[in-house]
Amino acid sequence: MITSHMYKMAFLSEGIALNANPGQFVHIKVPGDNSLLLRRPISIYDVHPQTGMVEIVYQVVGKGTRILSGMNAGQVIDVLGPLGKGFTISREIKSAFVVGGGCGIAPLKLLMRRLKEMGVVVTALLGFRSREAVYGLEEFEMLSDRVLVTTDDGSLGRKGLVTQVLEEELQQLLPDIMFACGPTPMLKVVQRLAKEYSVPCQMSLEERMGCGIGGCLVCSCAVRTPDGGFEYKRVCKDGPVFWSQEVMLDEATIGC
Amino acid sequence: MKPRLDVEICGVSFKNPVIAASGTFGFGREYAEYVDLNMLGGIAVKGLTLLPKKGNPPPRIAETPSGILNSVGLQNPGIDYFIEHELPELLKYDTRIIVNINGNTIDEYCRMAEKLRDVPVHFLELNISCPNVKQGGVAFGTHPDVVYDITRSVKAHAKQPVLVKLTPNVTDIKEIAIAVEKAGGDGISLINTVLGMAIDAKKRRPVLANIVGGLSGPAIKPIALRMVWEVAQVVSIPIIGIGGITTGEDVVEFLLAGATAVGVGTANLISPTACIDIVNQLEEYMVQNGIGDVNELIGGLRV
Repeated sequence: MITSHMYKMAFLSEGIALNANPGQFVHIKVPGDNSLLLRRPISIYDVHPQTGMVEIVYQVVGKGTRILSGMNAGQVIDVLGPLGKGFTISREIKSAFVVGGGCGIAPLKLLMRRLKEMGVVVTALLGFRSREAVYGLEEFEMLSDRVLVTTDDGSLGRKGLVTQVLEEELQQLLPDIMFACGPTPMLKVVQRLAKEYSVPCQMSLEERMGCGIGGCLVCSCAVRTPDGGFEYKRVCKDGPVFWSQEVMLDEATIGC
Repeated sequence: MKPRLDVEICGVSFKNPVIAASGTFGFGREYAEYVDLNMLGGIAVKGLTLLPKKGNPPPRIAETPSGILNSVGLQNPGIDYFIEHELPELLKYDTRIIVNINGNTIDEYCRMAEKLRDVPVHFLELNISCPNVKQGGVAFGTHPDVVYDITRSVKAHAKQPVLVKLTPNVTDIKEIAIAVEKAGGDGISLINTVLGMAIDAKKRRPVLANIVGGLSGPAIKPIALRMVWEVAQVVSIPIIGIGGITTGEDVVEFLLAGATAVGVGTANLISPTACIDIVNQLEEYMVQNGIGDVNELIGGLRV
C-alpha cells in the first residue's frame, strides 16, 4: 500500500522486464474468483531487466483490484504483456514536460527513466488531490530535472490544478514535447494547451477493456480522420498512447 | 490411441469442433501472434456489413458476475475491405472460414452473399441476432416469418452453405429454428448474446453508453444449452452451439445436447489461447473417458 487507495505490486517476468516500453500495460487475471472474467489492464510502473522484476501501481476501485491488493509474496499471477503502443521518444527531443494527475502518474516513471537515459531535460508536473494521495515523489525527483507538485487542497506543493502550473511554465519556456497521463478533465486542458502553444503532445488514455490485444473492439476512442470525420481506434492496440491532436476528448461522438 | 476430433458440417470437414465465435476473434490477425490458427476447427470472422461501420460510442463493455455485456455495434471495415485486405491473410491458414454478415435490409444480406460467391470461404453466417444495432440485427431474428424470408432470399444468392445465427431473445426458439430449416438454411448457430443491462449505482447511470448490451460468458451457458437441446429436437440440420464455453468439458455438454460443433467467444477475451486450450482439454477428456470419436458425443444426452 503506497497511499490509502493505491497499491504497488512487483512480480517476476523476464519477458516483460526486457521488452516493456514506457506507456505499455499488462493485462492481469484476478486470481481466485472465476466470476470476475475480464483481465485488469494496469500500467507498467517500472521494470528491472537485470532481475526480471516488473512493478505496477494501481488504484483499488472494485472487487478485482481489491483481490489483487490482498495477494501475498510468492503467489503466482497470470499476466499478459507488455501490451499496447507506448510513448514514442524520438532522438531529436532535448526537453520534455511530463504531466500527470493522480493515479495517472504511474506510467510516467518508466518514461522519465528512459528520457533521463537519453539525456532529455525533464520537467515533471504532478497533480494530486492532497498530500495523502502523493506517491513516488522521491523517485520522480531522481529521474527528472525539476518536479512541480500541485494538490487540490494545498496540503503539498502549490494549491490548485496541475494544468494551471503547466500553463505558467509554457509561458516561460516551450519544451520540444509533452507527455501526459491522468483523468480526462486534465487531459482535455493539456490537449488545449498543446494546441495553443503548438507543442507536440502524447497522451495515455484509459477505457474499459476486453481482450487487450485488439481483437474485440470494445475499448474504443474517437480519433480524427483526414476527411474531417472520426473513427474509433482501439485503446489497447492502437494506444493507449495517442497524439493529442488526433484524439477527440470533447466532442460527443455518435456511432452509426 | 489419439481420439478422433474431426466433425463434418454440410459436407465440410472441420479438424475439430471448436470454432472461434464471431466478434471475439477479429479477423484472426491479432490472435495469430499468440496461437497457431491452423489448430482451430474454424474461425467465424467479425460481423461484416455492406458498408464500413463505426460502431457505438464507448464504454462498450461491462463486467457482470460470470459474464460480460458488450455493445460494440458491429464496428467493421465493410465487406469489400474484408475481401481485399483481411481474407488473403486468413486464407494462409488451414482452417474453416465462416463469414458473419449483417444487413439493415434483406437486400443487403443478399448483396453480401453475392459478393462472397467467388471468394474461397466455407460458410456464410447470417447474423440476424445482433442486439446492438438500431436497424436489422435482432429485429430480423425474432419473427419466424421474417427468418424464413431472409434465409430463403439469401439461399437464392449464396454459393456457400448458409448458417443462420439465432438470438435467444425470443419466446420460442424452436419455431425460429424450424423456419430456418424450412427455408433451406444449411445450419443453425446459437445463441447470440442475451439482451442485458448494467447500472453504476454511484453515478446513477448505465455503464454502457448504448444503455443496453449483449450478455455473454458462463452466465448464459445454461440458457444456451437449453436452447441447443430444444432446437436439436425439432430440426435435422447441424447446430453450432455457442454460449459461455470456457473448457473442454463445456464442449462435451454442448455436443451431448445436440450440437455438431461449438463456438467459443468470451473465453477469447480472457485468454488469447482459449480456443486451443479448449481443444486440448476436449482431447484429454476423451482420452480419460475412453471416447474414441467426438462424433459419438453428438446428441448423446441420456434423458
